[in-house]
Amino acid sequence: MAIKLSSKTIKKEFIEKLEKLSGQNIQQCFQCGTCSASCPMLESLDRHPRKVMRMAQLGLEDELENTNTCWVCASCHTCNVVCPRGVDLPRVMEALRQMSLRKNINYIEPSELPAETIKECPQIAMVAGFRKLTS
Amino acid sequence: MKILYYPGCTLKTKAKNLGNTAKASMSLLGVELEELSRWNCCGAVHSLTDDDLIHQVAPVRVLIRAMEQGGGKLVTLCSMCYNTLARANLIMKNDVEKRDTINNFMDEEQDYNGDIEVIHLLSYLNDEIGREKLKESVKTPLTGLNIAPYYGCTLQRPREVGIEAPGKFELMTDFLRTLGANVIKIREADMCCGSYQILGNPEAAGTASSVIINAARKAGADALSMSCPLCEFNLGKKQGGLPTYYFTQLMAIALGADPQEWHLELNNKASVELLKEKGIIN
Repeated sequence: MAIKLSSKTIKKEFIEKLEKLSGQNIQQCFQCGTCSASCPMLESLDRHPRKVMRMAQLGLEDELENTNTCWVCASCHTCNVVCPRGVDLPRVMEALRQMSLRKNINYIEPSELPAETIKECPQIAMVAGFRKLTS
Repeated sequence: MKILYYPGCTLKTKAKNLGNTAKASMSLLGVELEELSRWNCCGAVHSLTDDDLIHQVAPVRVLIRAMEQGGGKLVTLCSMCYNTLARANLIMKNDVEKRDTINNFMDEEQDYNGDIEVIHLLSYLNDEIGREKLKESVKTPLTGLNIAPYYGCTLQRPREVGIEAPGKFELMTDFLRTLGANVIKIREADMCCGSYQILGNPEAAGTASSVIINAARKAGADALSMSCPLCEFNLGKKQGGLPTYYFTQLMAIALGADPQEWHLELNNKASVELLKEKGIIN
């Protein structure tokens, strides 16, 4: 992906908000990719966690909005445990989700879930899914 | 002996084979799991944004109920409940500013300072019951059952609430060996099953689950042992490639609890057949 960088593309406010919500210093990431190597959802991501971190460091808000990574993340904390820089990536992913959810944009619509799913899923799946993927 | 117990929502319905088997087994070990007389959903997942304190109120309320009922240790079984309660507890213990905000928000409840000790049943069995007593109580050893301990995410991560260090699976390994099973260790024991993505991205969750199932089969496991109803759903009911049991179910069978308490009707057919095939149940 070719990207253009300028003072216009680097949205400082976005970076500040992301750091405030996540409680993480995203500049700590030195792009080793250990997070990507450990991610169990890797195959289903259109950008690996390492790339998301780089995009966040560069303040690419719009590009991140069109990336599915934070929506496929299952908050399993594997990347968090292995990160040599101590970055809590699941918090960064949650902050990215929250930035959308707080605009009342749902990732899943509970009313559109198949009846079979609602019937067979354990309660913790429903509660967790709605907590992470709906506003 | 009594110990306070938080079941959580799923154990009262779809995972009776986790909750009831624990109660029956612990009773055979001389411990009554005393359910909190009042409790609510823990919220299932921990909120990861710093300004989102409202979602900590549910688990904190549970911890306050435990204080009202005598305090001390609170045992829980469902891995997601354990994780959510333990992390909310850490906030109340260590973060004065957040603690004050949460305490001030709740008018009727007493202030809470993180005094409850949230423990998972596997830790309780190891620390308070011990291997010897468990071994003495086994009536039907799980001989010939090749089983892989599966921890999933929430028993070990993040580190500060893990029942043991990431990558170590000794608690469940010891437990299953004590019950007489042949433990097959797999590195994938703490890989994510896809969790709540069964709602958002079912295919991705399916892929994540199949990696675990395939690894267990390749290593020679006949079944998986676990403590989370969502893992059981993703790996057992959705995949169906390998029998799955809750660790408490295996304990209830091995300790000779009333078969009605095993709730094997909630497991898939293959899980029941395997136990019959191994001559563990009739």
